[in-house]
Amino acid sequence: MLYDITHRTTYGYGSDVAVSHHLAHLRPRQLPAQQVDDFQLLVEPTSAVSAERVDYYGNTTTFFSIGSPHDCLTVTARSRVRVAAPASPAPSDTLAWQLVRDRCASDVLTPDSAVGEFRFESPNIARRSIFADYAALSFVQDRPLLEAIVDFNARIFQDFKFDPRATTVATPVDEVFKKRRGVCQDFAHLAIACLRSLGLPARYVSGYLETLPPPGKARLIGADASHAWYSVWCPDYGWIDADPTNNLLPGDRHITVAWGRDFSDVSPLRGIVVGGSGHSLGVSVDVARVAEG
Amino acid sequence: MTSPPVTSVVPSPSGVWAAYHPRAEVFDEMRAADGTVRPHWLPLVQGLERLGREGVRERAESALQLLREHGVTYNVHADGESAERRWELDVLPQIIDAAEWAQLEAGLIQRTKLLNLVLADIYGPQQLLQEGLLPPALLHANPGFLRCCHGIRPPGGLFLSLHAVDLTRAPNGRWWVLSDRTQAPSGVGYALENRAILSRVLPEEFRAAQVQRLASFFRQRKAGLRALAPWTSAPNIVLLTPGTYAETYFEHAYLARFLGYQLVEGSDLTVRDQCVFLKTLEGLQRVDVIIRRVDDTWCDPLELRGDSLLGVPGLVEAARAGNVAISNALGTGAVETTALLAFLPALSRHLLNEELRIPNVATWWCGQQSERDFALGALNKLVTKRAFVGGHGEPSFGGRLGARELEDLAAHIRANPHAYVTQESVALSTAPVWHGNAPEPRPLIMRCYICATVDGFTVMPGALTRVSPSAESPIVSSRYGGGSKDTWVRSSAPTGSAAAVESTAPALRPEVSASHVPSRVVENLFWLGRYAERLEDTTRLLRTALGRLAGEGGPTEEVELTALARWLARTEILDARFADEFTPAELASELRELVFERNRFGTVRELLGRVGFLANNVRDRLSGDTWRILNQLQTDFPATMSRATPGAILHTLHRLIFQLAAFSGMEMENMTRGHAWRFLDIGRRLERAINLVSNVRAVLAADTDGTALAPLLEYTDSTMTYRRRYLARPEMPTTLALLINDVSNPRSLVFQLEILGHHLAALPGADGTRPEQIHFEDLMALLRETDAQDFATQGVLGRARLATRLDEFYEATGQLSDLLTASYFSHVPARVS
Repeated sequence: MLYDITHRTTYGYGSDVAVSHHLAHLRPRQLPAQQVDDFQLLVEPTSAVSAERVDYYGNTTTFFSIGSPHDCLTVTARSRVRVAAPASPAPSDTLAWQLVRDRCASDVLTPDSAVGEFRFESPNIARRSIFADYAALSFVQDRPLLEAIVDFNARIFQDFKFDPRATTVATPVDEVFKKRRGVCQDFAHLAIACLRSLGLPARYVSGYLETLPPPGKARLIGADASHAWYSVWCPDYGWIDADPTNNLLPGDRHITVAWGRDFSDVSPLRGIVVGGSGHSLGVSVDVARVAEG
Repeated sequence: MTSPPVTSVVPSPSGVWAAYHPRAEVFDEMRAADGTVRPHWLPLVQGLERLGREGVRERAESALQLLREHGVTYNVHADGESAERRWELDVLPQIIDAAEWAQLEAGLIQRTKLLNLVLADIYGPQQLLQEGLLPPALLHANPGFLRCCHGIRPPGGLFLSLHAVDLTRAPNGRWWVLSDRTQAPSGVGYALENRAILSRVLPEEFRAAQVQRLASFFRQRKAGLRALAPWTSAPNIVLLTPGTYAETYFEHAYLARFLGYQLVEGSDLTVRDQCVFLKTLEGLQRVDVIIRRVDDTWCDPLELRGDSLLGVPGLVEAARAGNVAISNALGTGAVETTALLAFLPALSRHLLNEELRIPNVATWWCGQQSERDFALGALNKLVTKRAFVGGHGEPSFGGRLGARELEDLAAHIRANPHAYVTQESVALSTAPVWHGNAPEPRPLIMRCYICATVDGFTVMPGALTRVSPSAESPIVSSRYGGGSKDTWVRSSAPTGSAAAVESTAPALRPEVSASHVPSRVVENLFWLGRYAERLEDTTRLLRTALGRLAGEGGPTEEVELTALARWLARTEILDARFADEFTPAELASELRELVFERNRFGTVRELLGRVGFLANNVRDRLSGDTWRILNQLQTDFPATMSRATPGAILHTLHRLIFQLAAFSGMEMENMTRGHAWRFLDIGRRLERAINLVSNVRAVLAADTDGTALAPLLEYTDSTMTYRRRYLARPEMPTTLALLINDVSNPRSLVFQLEILGHHLAALPGADGTRPEQIHFEDLMALLRETDAQDFATQGVLGRARLATRLDEFYEATGQLSDLLTASYFSHVPARVS
């Protein structure tokens, strides 16, 4: 599937900002099942410095600064991305989840312990027994990992209500768990916290979702915003994506931009401004399928 | 190794040491197991014998006195409250023999080299993981491993340019490493201050012991810092502090002054074009090297903790671009983990081809299965600590925990094993600590410092030795009280004829150009000037009132007091009810509150607090003498005087005015005429102008018969001038002429404004067109056409016109302050996401 994606972020400031620094995770990743044909990042006002590099997780980041006074900022990312559905193993063919846990905990560096990075606490994720207990209903003894994940995803989908007003970008997982409400970012964080509390490696994925509102059918949640889901490590196979917000395993309608331990590693646009009292924020995302001849 | 011949001197039982009995099962630094004094302690032991109990106690007192004068403090944060605690220094030093020190030195340098190699690997190729020398989880579970710093190679490949190692001595006499401090090691300034004090308090003993000097270490440290920025021959080096609330802020200011570097806060720095700049009055000034006392994750809100207000946005990017050197490099907290200790012997063999010279205290990291199993089985004998930087909580001593507490601890470890490390419980060595009027043995930990030089590493010949708060407590931490000791490293050769006292004056070449003052600093100085003046002003006003209340209360005093109360009610110093009827007792109680009440706005006590806070913010800009005066202001002021008579309060106010005069005298006589001084004086002049206008205005409105004029002249310290000039009772026109228009009266309005004019013209960028200069010219023009004497002789109408003028002056001086703020002071960054 081929997509044209436009992701525009607009800041308005109450008074002039003297200088601002930003860090963007906006360029989609190049992956076996995802090819980036084109990417442009437009910053207005024009930035003084712009440096693109690959971060610790392999994401492409752009650092830019604006050194002259400005009272608004618009960052527009345009991507053309080709996505194929990744091949997935049959859930019943995957390893029992405890085996996965033990293999990833090895003191020796192996492909499985190398992803140990994603087993531990991170800035937005704490490991807690309440999370482990919640997940344990799906992760029963000897259950193949992916079977457990499918079941676990369905439970989050059932138990938690999508509610953009319930949380903000800074709401901790504990609160989401208590309120049973949130948005895609919260559900991804929650799922990751549960899996890590069991000792399984799980990472946060930030990206986009194509929304199809065919007549008579419900529109998929997550439209017109950036989307987030998670990945779990499956030995001998690799990372498998799971989207708890929509209760599915992503196919060719999820576009991967970046991954990390949690949102704080891959925030699409972070910024620090000097001056500028208060700010307003507008984000628009458009994911359009491109018809191919 | 050569040690001096063992002279066995058994201290006479009647002397100072009579009651000194270290426990047999631990190593005592001074006294050997057979009761003899270790030879390297002899000069001190004999010296103290000569001094006798009384003599030592006197020395201990003078040490305390010096600490007080120098204002050596340590901020303690507990239960959300912050308190400044006096630094505690024992009058008895820790002493190390030259040969033993040489061995420690070699071991410490080896350790710094080793940790640098480990850091270069984990922030680079991570071979150590592939070769099985470090378990992957040690990095993966480690919040001190900053992912965004992976791939950054600091200038010269040097990660640690200052390293601190906590050492402890086991009963068999061997030194062991307890832990490392790698990201922003603290204490080196306290060690320096300890030395400055002890070498003065015990000069003969210090000389007799031939103690190695600290100065060369700091010279080498400075050379090492310069070498961190090979791109320039004259690097600009700054010391980054989290600010006055930091635990060790005293040390930051002290070191900045001693080394001759600017003390800056995060908001003083800005990143442009991937380079770091200091915001100064003259504009941006490139910074090449940052000595940081801000912990790793707080250094850059853009790439690290987004909620940090202590950092510099873009700092990581500047470091990545190789445009700034940071001591220590960002991410060095990764090897501060105690968990690493268990792996160091193998790492040393692998990376250096050497055995580790100073062994570690036995350490088991619970992130490994078999180590965890062992630890869980022996928790009651072990010390459990958080494994990584930023881990909360203090060590748990298994032997002191009950069954339930041990179970809880085990549960925590099982739930999050990687976050815990256990260590063997070490019987710390003891040294004599002067307590009351005798020495008693207390456990100690010795913190040693290693720094990078131009071509290698060197160890500070001394240490920060910390002792536990009591003979029984195993906890040695500045947070929990307990004291510190100067650490004397004996020299193997005579130290020559150098003076016994080690100077702490900036003996090193100052590198700060006086003109490059950070904007934040001048803002603080401006407000220090304003508040010091407001404090003096308030004190003078209250003294004027109290003087009339404390006397015998003749008829003149009574009418003057009534007029004065009406005037002070108008300026809102006194409650409005004092404009009418009141009893002397009511006024006395109100005045007492205005002096001593802490929680009321504008009282002497409250203003003292503000002056202290602001002075602390610019501590590195104030001379030692100036600081001593400001410090004394605070300590001399009585905490409470609920029963004080007006006479006693009056005495307190007199003394305060003397001390404030000493402060302004110090400022006039001893401060370099740079922008720092200029802003301090601008603050003072502006405040004096504002207060004068405000009070004259109130007198004009409240006093129709001239009874308030004598108090007004007294408050403005112009009584004598008036008498000499007019040889008569004060009259309104002549009094106003003296206070408004007299260019020779240093308390007059025109005097303040003329000085302000000179200051404004000397500020950077002052070309006559700046808003504050234009505003000032208008104000001056208005004053020139205001002949107060003339107005005051024109009856009611003239007085009304004068009142309007005074309103205008009041307004305009306030606006001048706002314009200066907008023109010259810094902005604080905000965060968006």
